[in-house]
Amino acid sequence: MPEFAYENISPGLQHPVLDSQRIFRAVLLTMSRPGTVTVLGNWPAPPSPLKPAAASVCLALADLDTPLWLESTIHSDIQTYLRFHCGCPLTQKQEDASFAVVMDGNDLPDLKKFEAGTEEYPDRSATVIIQVRELNVGRGVTLTGPGIKDSTKLTVDGLDSGFWHEFKKNSERFPLGYDVILASDTEIASLPRTVRVEV
Amino acid sequence: MIAQENAAPVSTAATGEEYNFAYLDEQTKRMVRRAVLKAVAIPGYQVPFAGREMPMPYGWGTGGIQLSASILGPDDVFKVIDQGADDTTNAVSIRKFFERVADVETTERTSEATVIQTRHRIPEEPLTEEQIMVYQVPIPEPLRWMEARETETRKMHALEEYGVMHVKLYEDIARHGRIATNYMYPVMVNGRYVMSPSPIPKFDNPKLDRSPALHLLGAGREKRIYAVPPYTDVKSLDFEDHPFEVETWDECCGLCGSETSYLDEVILDDAGGRMFVCSDTDYCSRRRESGHLGPMAAREDLDELKGDRPAQEGGHNG
Repeated sequence: MPEFAYENISPGLQHPVLDSQRIFRAVLLTMSRPGTVTVLGNWPAPPSPLKPAAASVCLALADLDTPLWLESTIHSDIQTYLRFHCGCPLTQKQEDASFAVVMDGNDLPDLKKFEAGTEEYPDRSATVIIQVRELNVGRGVTLTGPGIKDSTKLTVDGLDSGFWHEFKKNSERFPLGYDVILASDTEIASLPRTVRVEV
Repeated sequence: MIAQENAAPVSTAATGEEYNFAYLDEQTKRMVRRAVLKAVAIPGYQVPFAGREMPMPYGWGTGGIQLSASILGPDDVFKVIDQGADDTTNAVSIRKFFERVADVETTERTSEATVIQTRHRIPEEPLTEEQIMVYQVPIPEPLRWMEARETETRKMHALEEYGVMHVKLYEDIARHGRIATNYMYPVMVNGRYVMSPSPIPKFDNPKLDRSPALHLLGAGREKRIYAVPPYTDVKSLDFEDHPFEVETWDECCGLCGSETSYLDEVILDDAGGRMFVCSDTDYCSRRRESGHLGPMAAREDLDELKGDRPAQEGGHNG
């Protein structure tokens, strides 16, 4: 067994069982209350440019049943890291992905190509994790929809301005659509397909 | 994770159990968790999941238990009710199960709980944003009584073809002069999916509408998970000339005097004696603690109903 290969992989979650539960609850909180920004604690230390928040979500939710999409140009350290800790197959075909990690919100792939489910099985759709610089509640884009009491505002720094237009089209085809998790270094906010965006 | 997953968390190891935290293995939990997230993203839509065998029979809440096992953590406070009561066999068993396998704190107080697993009721006390309701659902498909084939009902949901549901309610009116469906009363969620709210009485349907809490529903035998996110429109189906109505009672609760809660009828003897009491035991005892007394509160022969159980071992389950 090539021992050296394992030594070079940075550590994953410290307590996989309890950390996964805590991360899942944070994702559930943001998914059921879109626009809420939550801190994830107790970091894994993924290889750059993968950040702790996005890495946590992958470590908690991805496994051998969920092909994960990464840009083809991504450093092999990250591929090894995710393959080793999650055991998930990696894919470069967007339509095959259950999860996707976009390393830089300013450099988006064609989001339309991610699986949006079918009329009979809209749940068979992708969850796209997009890394951004900063998330702030209270200013910016107005969000309404299930999970939001009246309306809420979210500012996302480091996200291509075309994203909101693209996401609007995504929510118009409800119940089809992909769901988005925005991740800064240490925080996440989620945009399920039900969210209606006013730019 | 391969190597690390074998390390059982301290809390479970300390109880001497050989189970993973919260009973289910990690891969199962991840699968359930992914289904929960998709259910939240598509309110009212039933997400299929690979339901596992649980150490109790179908019908005892295996769907709800798998949901609870996947969401509960060491910081949660867990409450279980069966019909509104905390002290019935099913509720006690499930509470003890999670005390043992997840080392979770439990309570009978609605306001103290962060996760409430339920079978037939939504507590009378208003829920908060910090709470998650978990429902044990026997038959998740509201269209199943009209259409037995899953392939067809799935198509009906896809096409938003819900005419048959209104026909059923109309047949009620034609036969009984009113909508005679009293529980599992169908609702429209977020203006898109018709959903069965599990066997809660229609009395509880309005509590789902724009509720601040997250509601997760799990059917173990049918292997479906669905959800109502907070602040989501949940409308009970009805007709303009036969609007949706909830049950009312002429009596008040015999113990706490409440005129607004859901009441159960209790037969007291075989000479026609009967009384009505709150189905939500926590709500009823809280009201009595704060001084509200109903017309029958002073009767000593009703101690059992009041929860003043005898102290000796081997007591009954009410």
